[in-house]
Amino acid sequence: MSKNWPLWEIFVRSKNGLEHRHFGSLHAADAEMALENARDVYTRRSEGVSIWVVESVNITASNPEHNGELFEPAHDKVYRHPTFYELPDEVKHM
Amino acid sequence: MSNEQIKNLEEIFEARIARDEKIEPKDWMPEKYRKTHIRQMSQHAHSEIVGMLPEGNWISRAPSLRRKAALLAKVQDEAGHGLYLYSACETLGISRDELYEQLHSGKAKYSSIFNYPTVTWADMGAIGWLVDGAAIINQVPLCNTSFGPYARAMVRVCKEESFHQRQGFEIMHKLCNGTPEQKDMAQDALNRWWWPSLMMLGPTDAESIHTEQSMKWKLKRKSNDELRQQFIDQTVPQADVLGLTIPDKDLKWNEEKGSYDFGEIDWDEFWQVVKGHGPSNKKRMKARVGAWEEGAWVRDAAMAHAEKKEANKLKKAI
Ligand SMILES: [Fe+2]
Ligand SMILES: [Fe+2]
Repeated sequence: MSKNWPLWEIFVRSKNGLEHRHFGSLHAADAEMALENARDVYTRRSEGVSIWVVESVNITASNPEHNGELFEPAHDKVYRHPTFYELPDEVKHM
Repeated sequence: MSNEQIKNLEEIFEARIARDEKIEPKDWMPEKYRKTHIRQMSQHAHSEIVGMLPEGNWISRAPSLRRKAALLAKVQDEAGHGLYLYSACETLGISRDELYEQLHSGKAKYSSIFNYPTVTWADMGAIGWLVDGAAIINQVPLCNTSFGPYARAMVRVCKEESFHQRQGFEIMHKLCNGTPEQKDMAQDALNRWWWPSLMMLGPTDAESIHTEQSMKWKLKRKSNDELRQQFIDQTVPQADVLGLTIPDKDLKWNEEKGSYDFGEIDWDEFWQVVKGHGPSNKKRMKARVGAWEEGAWVRDAAMAHAEKKEANKLKKAI
C-alpha cells in the first residue's frame, strides 16, 4: 500500500548576495525530487538562483507559548541599543 | 483549560487580529478559526486544481504555438496555486491525503464556475478575461488576511494572475477583430460565461452565512455583493472595447450611484451547480479522481526507489 511522500521545506536564494529565504513547502519522494519540484513550483519566473530543501521533520521550531521566557528578556536590555547612550550635541559622526 | 481561560485567550486573539497582527500556524487559535481556515483554504486549493481541467481541454488544440505556450504556462500556474494553498492548509495540521480525500469524496467544494464545459476556443479567452478577472477581485484583498501562510500564498498567486487575465483578454480581442464568425464565437463565449462569472463571486449578502465572522478574521474584506459590483463596473467598459454585448438587458449605467444596475441572477442555477448538478460536475470529478488513482503506481514506485537509494547509502556507510 502506498506510503505518502514526505513534506519538504523550500528555501530559495533569489539572487547572489541575498540569503536563502523560506518560500513554502511541498511533497516529494526524496531530496532530489524535492529540488526538481521546487524548481517548478517556486521558480517559474526566475525567482531564484539557488534552492535548499530540508525535510520538514528535521526542523525544530520554538513554541510560541514559550515566547515569553525566550524573547522577553531582551526587552529590558535597552543598553544594547545605541540610542541608550547620551552624547553631547557637538559630537558628530557617532 | 477552563471556559473562562479560553474566553480570555479568544479575546487576546481577536485583539491581535484587530491590531493587524498576523497569526502563524503554531500560535494558539480558536478551534473555529482553524476549521474555517482549513475549509476556505482547501476549497480555494481545490478550485485551482479542478480549474485546470476545463482549460487543459484546449492545450492540444490551441490555434498557434504562441497560444499553446501561454495556455500551458497558465494551467501550470494554476497547479502551482493549488500547491501553495495546499501547503498553507497543511500548516494547520491536516494532511494532503485528507484534503484530497475530501475533494474526491465530494465532501469539500470547489468553485462552481469550473462545472461548465469549454466548447470553443473562445472559451479560453472568456475564462482568462472573466473567470481569472473575478478571481483577482476575490483574491487581492486576501493578501492582507490574518493567517500568515494564507496571506503569503495569496501574494504569490496574485502576482501570477494578471498574466492570466491579460492573455484571456488578448484572445478575445483577436477574435473580435477577426472574421465575423470569430467575433460571433467571442460573443457566444461571453454569453455563456457572463452569468456564471457573476455567480462565482458568491451568494448575495442576505444569503451568505459566514460573512460577519470572516470579515473579523480578514478572510473577507468586502461583501460578495460589493465584489460583484466592482467586477461588473470594471468589466463592462472592457466589453465595450471588444465591441461585445453583455447578455443582460437590464444592465444600465446608474449616474446617481456611479455604477451599473444589472439584472436578476438565476440563483437556482447556482445552487444546482453547487449541489453537483451542473453540466460538468461528474466529468470533472471523474477526471480528477481518475488522475489520482491512475497515478498511484507512479507515486508508489517513486517512494520505493527513494527508500532503496536511502538503504544503499546506509549500507555503504557501514
Ligand atoms: Fe489561480
Ligand atoms: Fe488564474
